[in-house]
Amino acid sequence: MATAHSKTAARLMISPAVLLLLGWMLVPLGMTIYFSLLRYNLLMPGMESFTGLDNYRYFLTDPAFYAAFKNTLLLVGGVLLITTVGGVLLALLLDQDFWGQGIVRILTIAPFFVMPTVSALVWKNMFMNPVNGLFAYLFQALGLEPYDWLGSAPLFSIIWMVSWTWLPFATLILLTALQSLDREQIEAAEMDGAGALARFFYITVPHLSRAATVVVLIETIFLLSVFAEILVTTNGGPGYASTNITYLVYAQSLLQFDVGGGAAGGIVAVVLANIVAIFLMRMIGKNLDA
Amino acid sequence: MNKLTRALLGATATCALAAAAHAETLTIATVNNGDMIRMQGLTEDFTASHPDIELEWVTLEENVLRQRVTTDIATKGGQYDVMTIGNYEVPIWAKQGWLVPLTDMGDDYDANDLLPAIAGGLSVDGTLYAAPFYGESAMVMYRKDLVEKAGVTISDASTWAEIKAAAEAMTDKDAGVYGICLRGKAGWGENMAFISAMANSYGARWFDMDWKPEFTGPEWTAALTDYLDLMTNYGPPGASSNGFNENLALFQQGKCGMWIDATVAASFVTDPKDSTVADSVGFAQFPAKDGMDNRGHWLWSWNLAVPAGTKNEEAAKAFVAWATSKHYTEIVAEEEGWRAAPPGTRTSLYENSDYQAAAPFAEMTLNSINAVDTSAPSVKEIPYTGAQFVSIPEFQGIGTAVGQQFSAALAGTVSGEQALQSAQALTEREMRKSGYIK
Amino acid sequence: MSRRSSTRRKALMTVLAWAVGLLLFFPILWTVLTSFKTEAVAIADPPVWFNFDWTLENYATVQERSNYGRHFWNSVVVSVGSTLLGVIIAVPAAWAMAFVPGKRTRDILMWMLSTKMLPPVGVLIPIYLIFRNLGLLDTRIGLVIVLMLINLPIIVWMLYTYFKEIPGEILEASRMDGAGLREEILYVLTPMAVPGIASTLLLNVILAWNEAFWTLNLTAAKAAPLTAFIASYSSPEGLFYAKLSAASTMAIAPIMILGWFSQKQLVRGLTFGAVK
Repeated sequence: MATAHSKTAARLMISPAVLLLLGWMLVPLGMTIYFSLLRYNLLMPGMESFTGLDNYRYFLTDPAFYAAFKNTLLLVGGVLLITTVGGVLLALLLDQDFWGQGIVRILTIAPFFVMPTVSALVWKNMFMNPVNGLFAYLFQALGLEPYDWLGSAPLFSIIWMVSWTWLPFATLILLTALQSLDREQIEAAEMDGAGALARFFYITVPHLSRAATVVVLIETIFLLSVFAEILVTTNGGPGYASTNITYLVYAQSLLQFDVGGGAAGGIVAVVLANIVAIFLMRMIGKNLDA
Repeated sequence: MNKLTRALLGATATCALAAAAHAETLTIATVNNGDMIRMQGLTEDFTASHPDIELEWVTLEENVLRQRVTTDIATKGGQYDVMTIGNYEVPIWAKQGWLVPLTDMGDDYDANDLLPAIAGGLSVDGTLYAAPFYGESAMVMYRKDLVEKAGVTISDASTWAEIKAAAEAMTDKDAGVYGICLRGKAGWGENMAFISAMANSYGARWFDMDWKPEFTGPEWTAALTDYLDLMTNYGPPGASSNGFNENLALFQQGKCGMWIDATVAASFVTDPKDSTVADSVGFAQFPAKDGMDNRGHWLWSWNLAVPAGTKNEEAAKAFVAWATSKHYTEIVAEEEGWRAAPPGTRTSLYENSDYQAAAPFAEMTLNSINAVDTSAPSVKEIPYTGAQFVSIPEFQGIGTAVGQQFSAALAGTVSGEQALQSAQALTEREMRKSGYIK
Repeated sequence: MSRRSSTRRKALMTVLAWAVGLLLFFPILWTVLTSFKTEAVAIADPPVWFNFDWTLENYATVQERSNYGRHFWNSVVVSVGSTLLGVIIAVPAAWAMAFVPGKRTRDILMWMLSTKMLPPVGVLIPIYLIFRNLGLLDTRIGLVIVLMLINLPIIVWMLYTYFKEIPGEILEASRMDGAGLREEILYVLTPMAVPGIASTLLLNVILAWNEAFWTLNLTAAKAAPLTAFIASYSSPEGLFYAKLSAASTMAIAPIMILGWFSQKQLVRGLTFGAVK
């Protein structure tokens, strides 16, 4: 099937997409690498000077960097855990026979359509605010002290908000996968005397693993660059408690206007993201080909 | 037929002319504060007298606005014709040649009427580079009814000892009343504005004469300790994410006994439309420490500036002149009452008897602003100018990073001492990186 | 299993599923409700549910302050435009990857996806400078290009997975009948891939609609979409929950309605080839 002719044609057809993405990657990346070697503060134009790897040294030795690194892992890991486990449970529930399936599904998907800025503003003000938020009322109604979510548990609060957005996404994909499960296979297992748990772990879980892979892959791509939720709610604080790498780079380049330092941070982030990418591809790439 | 064609042609030509006359569009970047939003609603007066100018508004939250306009002006992006910036940016930007000097603002502008303390901060070598829209210092706003109930006094020239005693006496957490509300949200223009002013009044300074920070010194330690002490004992929950706006909302709802913040808040807390405590607000000067003559030296103004290189320079200047004129103040007074007039920019406003009658906070505001000396905010000798901020380009970054540390201390994730040490370390690092400390 | 117990089970599941669904939906419901309250009612203690004087005042205020129509139209143009452009570029690439796979195909695909992991803040200043020089700042076409590039990897990947599900024999059969490459794509492949393409379009319109970094940073007034509209309601002075809710509702309603109406397509397509 793959003749020489069609191979050439294929190459021609792939190339626009590849060239565009290559340009989109290389041009800014090249400029960023160049900036990262300069002492370049946006507020002092004309003072740029070559500093070698100084920006990298400062970025990597910044105590904020380790905090941000840890927070990024916790954020990505936490949301992935909540959304895949929650997604499986939710998908199992929605797969049952009940009245009003259509409406419930609409309700469940809705959070995915809410833009991150809106979601963060709503959660921050109308729910988590310790004086006027609904959670504060709820706590007081239960006779508890209102809890300062964003001040005392900032990273958890952000994981919560982000999970709310992505849980529907995970649920949708897992539900679709679940519905394609071969009923006969389950019935056969039931005949053979397999219990509900055994059926779940030996038939359903393997069947869902491919869908879960997709969930993990897509979500990771978006979760590595979570930004709006942090900017709107905690500004990375208190301290560095909710600063992730993306936010740290933002703080360097657009709050301090240190373009050089921000660029160095950007390059570090790119390298880290690629390590994660390679890791991910290794781990689950095979699963996708099957 | 012929007639019709001619008529059509004529109509087209008229349309084309009208379109040409409408060619000038000003893009105005502004912050989403109450006064600016009010201005947006009042622009009909301007467009009526300038039918050839159309206005486009870009209204953003303060941090986002600052980031956007700075990126744009530093890269000469040219997206805006009028920018709303603070008195921190004005001298730094003016020295870069980024702003159009506002020398010729029309005959009835009366630039000499601008408050000297405010205009001084917006001028470089005697030339004005931005026109003040409103200006502020800081003062104590307190609930007269609660003070009376608690049997304490807050004198006009208040002291920190008084403030602490009053906060303790007024706090009634079961009733949802917190003795004192202060800024805790991290940011050089948020919690650091307050904490720097407080530290000034404690005799502290940001840098010594060799640009070394002094956070681990006794003055800063005392100031931060007292701040944390006040807030953890008598402050509202979640204070580490409260900025100006959040505290304003709390005070308006009657949840704060005292609030020490920008003088501009006075017109909002006394506005019966939004404030449940409008009738019972008292005012006092920013507190001083016993035996020290320093009341923080807080000075801020939001200003309109015209970026160099805009294609619509004349139209932009005309708009700036209108928005910061006496005439604009009169329009606001007519629509919303004198109390709502943008404060802190013109001497004539404070001499106006209608304003004095409508705004019980007028005198306190004027005195607070006039008392500020940006060349000597601390009692110690300093290498910088500024008030509740340090006038160097690096300050935004450093101030915000230090603010994060203090905010963390307020949230209880680190101790005050740890926060001061981290602040010292990171400030030294940044100052070394940018070449101040050799 | 007796009929009664299965009915009881269904009732139980109904209660459970509705509870979970309402819980997830609650923040949105609460926002919509709050948007019809006055500012004072919005923060009332205890919270007010339905029993209040419904008002449209907040919507009027928001409309007075912001040009909602223009922001809305910009969002539509930018999200639909970037998605269509992306699909036009991605269809041939995905076709080639699916039907003429080489040794490198998977690497190319994974590399494409990895470009999505670059933190956008790191390259804002370079992009801003490029946009300024090309005169693309605050233009819809500029945003269309950027969002297209951002979402292109996802589009290619989604299309690739759908195309791969199409049996190769059908293509071979059409080739036997003398169809050229163009006819093959246009008349054989595309009709079979319509559901896949439709859900690709949908998902990417949603992603582009909600993109909040580039849309906010590369625009000022003329091209600013709804993400910029909502940015002006974040923490203004005084009480603002009701106004914020009204603005939020206006920002998310269009995409939510689209999402709900096209739910079936979205669900069917949202599998990324994960379901076989």
